[in-house]
Amino acid sequence: MSNEELKIKLSELFPSAVFEEGGEWLTFLVEPTNWKTIAQQLRSSNDFDYLFCVTGVDWKTHLTMVYHLTSTTHRHTLVIKSKLDRNNPEIETVSDIWRTAEFHEREAYDLFGVKFLNHPDLRRLFMTDDWKGWPLRKDYEDPINMIKL
Amino acid sequence: MLSLESITNSIHAWLNNTFNPTLALLLEFVIVGTCAIGLFTVLGLVLVLMERKVSAYMQIRLGPNRVGYGGSMQTLADTLKLAVKEGLTPDGADKFLFNLAPFIVIIISMLILAPIPFAKGFQIWDMNIGVLYVSAVSSVSVIGILMAGWASNNKYSLLGAMRSGAQIVSYELSAGLSILSIIVLTGSLKISDIIASQENGWWIFKGHIPAVIAFVIFIIAVTAETNRAPFDLAEAESELTAGFHTEYSGMKFALFFLAEYVNIFIACSLGAILFLGGWMPLHIGNWSGFNHIMDFIPSSIWFISKVFFLIFVIMWFRWTFPRLRVDQLLNLEWKYLLPISMFNLLLMTLVAIMGWHF
Amino acid sequence: MYRETQILKAVPSNIANDFDDNNEMIINVGPQHPSTHGVLHLVITLSGETIKNVEPHLGYIHRSIEKMCESLSYRQFIYVTSRMDYLSSHINNHGCALCVEKGLQIEVPARAKVIRVLMDELTRLASHQLWWGAMAMDVGALTPFFHAFRERETINDIMEETCGARLTMNYMVPGGVMVDLHPNFQTKTKEFIALFKSKIDEYDELVTGNIIFQNRMKDVGVLSKEDAISYGCTGPTARASSVSCDIRKLYPYEVYNQLQFDEVIETGGDCYSRYLVRMREMRQSLSIVEQLIDNIPEGEFQAKTKAVLKLPKGEFYSRIETARGEFGVYIISEGATTPYRIKFRSPGFSNLSALNHMAKGYKIGDLVAIMGSLDLVIPDIDR
Repeated sequence: MSNEELKIKLSELFPSAVFEEGGEWLTFLVEPTNWKTIAQQLRSSNDFDYLFCVTGVDWKTHLTMVYHLTSTTHRHTLVIKSKLDRNNPEIETVSDIWRTAEFHEREAYDLFGVKFLNHPDLRRLFMTDDWKGWPLRKDYEDPINMIKL
Repeated sequence: MLSLESITNSIHAWLNNTFNPTLALLLEFVIVGTCAIGLFTVLGLVLVLMERKVSAYMQIRLGPNRVGYGGSMQTLADTLKLAVKEGLTPDGADKFLFNLAPFIVIIISMLILAPIPFAKGFQIWDMNIGVLYVSAVSSVSVIGILMAGWASNNKYSLLGAMRSGAQIVSYELSAGLSILSIIVLTGSLKISDIIASQENGWWIFKGHIPAVIAFVIFIIAVTAETNRAPFDLAEAESELTAGFHTEYSGMKFALFFLAEYVNIFIACSLGAILFLGGWMPLHIGNWSGFNHIMDFIPSSIWFISKVFFLIFVIMWFRWTFPRLRVDQLLNLEWKYLLPISMFNLLLMTLVAIMGWHF
Repeated sequence: MYRETQILKAVPSNIANDFDDNNEMIINVGPQHPSTHGVLHLVITLSGETIKNVEPHLGYIHRSIEKMCESLSYRQFIYVTSRMDYLSSHINNHGCALCVEKGLQIEVPARAKVIRVLMDELTRLASHQLWWGAMAMDVGALTPFFHAFRERETINDIMEETCGARLTMNYMVPGGVMVDLHPNFQTKTKEFIALFKSKIDEYDELVTGNIIFQNRMKDVGVLSKEDAISYGCTGPTARASSVSCDIRKLYPYEVYNQLQFDEVIETGGDCYSRYLVRMREMRQSLSIVEQLIDNIPEGEFQAKTKAVLKLPKGEFYSRIETARGEFGVYIISEGATTPYRIKFRSPGFSNLSALNHMAKGYKIGDLVAIMGSLDLVIPDIDR
C-alpha cells in the first residue's frame, strides 16, 4: 500500500487525524492521551504488527516519541509521533500490544525520562538504578563522563 | 628376563632377610606409599600433557611447545605455578568442609590404585574382592564433590555438585552391571583371577556380543562417572563456569584436577583389566609363533598401552562431542543404558551357563 | 524486583537464605560468565534446574554512542558505529553511510555498490563463522571454535589488505568506500571461496549431524511466528520462526535486487532452526560473493562529495540487514554539520527482549543454547 492510500485509509478510520508531510513514510501525529486506543486500532484493523523502532527526541521545548510501525503482511510503514510535555512526559505504554516495546520503552525512560503509564516494569535499563538525570536530553550535563567537542 | 615382579620379589626378600618381619612390612608400606604418590604425580603430569596435546591435535593447534622439549615440562611448570598460588577460602564458605573436600577426593582416587596390577605380579594389594572394592570406593568420591559444592557457598558450585551427585550415582549402576557381566564369566572378583582367565584371549573377543555391549556401556558409564565431556555437567564450563570447583584456587584446585585425571586412569585400567586382559599379551588361538612373539613385549608395556589407548578414546570423546543436558543425561542412563545393561547381564549369564564363550 | 543494590547485598549472605518461599533460587549469570559472550548480566530465577524467569540487566558496556554521535560530523560518526556490532562493523558502517546518502541524495558509483555488497557478505560470513564456533562451544563442543577461526582468519586477511583493519574496518564512507580494492582482493577471495566450499560441508559433518547436538537444539527455545513479530525479532532469529524479514529482499539496497539468492526461512522456531538458517545463509552469502567477484565494474570507488557534509532539515531512516538482523539508522537533522538526534535500532536489542519468553521452563543448559542461537553481541545491545 502506498503512502497516499494509507493516508486515505487512516483518515477514514480516524477522522481527526493529523499527518505530517515530507519524509519517506507517512507520519501520523497523535495526542499522548489517545495513543493507546489508536495503537490498538492500528494493530487490529491495519495489521501493523511489527514495531521496529521506538525512540524519543528532545526538542528542547518538548519531547517527541517516535514509533516506527510496519506490517509484515502488507509491507506498509507508518511513523507515529507524539508530542509530550518536557517537564512531565507521560504516555501510555504499548508493551501489551507489541511486546518489543517493553524494552524499547524502558530505554526511552532511561535516556529521556518518559514515563510510560501502566508499563509492567519501568526502570532504568542501561544506567544504574541510582543514576541522576536523563542522558539523551539536550540539557544533560555530566562533567565526568561527557567530553565536549 | 628382568621384570617388575622379580624386582619387587627381591626387595621383599632382602627386607625380610635384613630386618625382622614387622619392620620389613612397615618399610614396605613406606616404599609402596611413596611409589603410589610418585605414580600419582607422574600420572597427573603425563595425562594433563597428553590431554593438551590430543586436544591441540584435534583443534589444529600445536599445544604447549615452549617449556622443555616439545612442551614436555609445561605441566610441571603449571603445577609449580599452582603450588605457589594462594589457596583462597571464600568468606561465606564452610571452612572445614571446604578445605577437607579436595583431600577426600584425592585420597579416594589414591585408594583405588591399590588393586591395580601394573604388570605381571606387580600389584599393591591383590585382594579377593578387587573389582567390588574399586567400584565401592570410587563411588565415595561423590561425597567429596558434594562437600566441595556445598561448602563453597556458591550457587554455581552447588548446582554443579548436585548434578554430579545425580550423575555419578546413576551411572554407577550401569558401570556396575557391565562389570558384573564379566564377573559372571570369570567367577571371581579377584583381579589376578580375572586377568588369568584371559590368558587365551581377552574377554572382549571371547565373550561374544554381550561382552562388546558391556564394554561400550562401561566406557560410556565411566566417562560419566569421571565427569568427563560429553558428561561434564558437574563442571559444565559454558553453563556453570567451573561447577563444583569454581571457588577453589591454588593447590586445592590442583588436587581436584589431579584426582580427575587419576580417576580416568583408574577407570581405564579397570576397563583394560576386565575387557582387554590387563597386562596379558595379545594371544590369538593356537598361533603359537605369534603368541610367543607377543610374550616378549613386557607385561607393563601391554598394560600401559591398553590403558592409554582407552584414555585416548575418552579424550577423543571430550574434544568431539557437545555436552548433554542434565535431563538428557539421566534419560540416557535410566531409559537406555540401565535396561540394556540389565538385559545384557542376563544374556551374559546365559552365555556363561551354556558355555558359549570361548 | 531484583535491583543492582540487592545484588551487592546478596553476596556475603549464606546460600541457604537465597531460596525464597517457593524454593526458587536467584542466580546471577554474568556479567563475567563464559557463555554470555561479553558483559551481559542475566538474573535468572531457578526452581531446581528449571528456569522460571530471566531478567537481562544491560548497560555494562553502554557508551551512549547516540549521544556521542550528536557531536560528531556526518563523516565522523560512522566510525563510532563500528564499535557497536563489532562482528559486522562493515554492515553497520554501510547502514550509516546509506542514511547519509539518502539525506544528501548522493548517487553511489556502481563499483562502490558492488564493493560494498562484497564486503557486507564477507562480513556476514565471518560473523556467522564466529557464531558457529561459539554456538558449538556453548553446547560444550570446544573443537569447532578453532575450525571456525581458521576460515575466519582468511576473511580477516582479505579485509586487512583492503581496509587496513581486521575488526573495525571503517571502510564505508558517505558516497562510496574509502579506498579502492587491493589488487590481491579478487584472487584471494576466489581462493577463499574454493576453500570455504569444502569447509562448510566439514562444519555440517562435525556439528550439524551430531546426535547430542541435535538433541540439545531441537525443540529448545521455541519462538512462534506471532511472538517473533511481536518481540520485534529480526534476522536469522525471526526467519527461523518463518517470518520473512530479510531487508536485502524486502527493501533491496545497492545491487541486491540484481543478485540471485534466496531468503532462508525455517519453520521450526527452535534453536535448531536458527542454527540451520545461519548455516544455510552462509551458503547464500558465499554464492553472492561468487556472483559478484568476477563482475566488479570499473570506475570510481567514491562519489564526489563536499568536504563538509550538511544534511538538509528532516528525518532519514535507513534499514540494512546485518548478520544479526535489521539494523536501522534514524537521523534527525536540523541542517547543521552534526546530527540533531541519531537513533540506532540494533537487532540484538530486540532479539534479546524475547529471551525471557524463550527460556522460561527450560533448563540452564538450554538457556546457554538459546543465547548462543540468538547470536548476541553485547556492545550492539548496549550501544
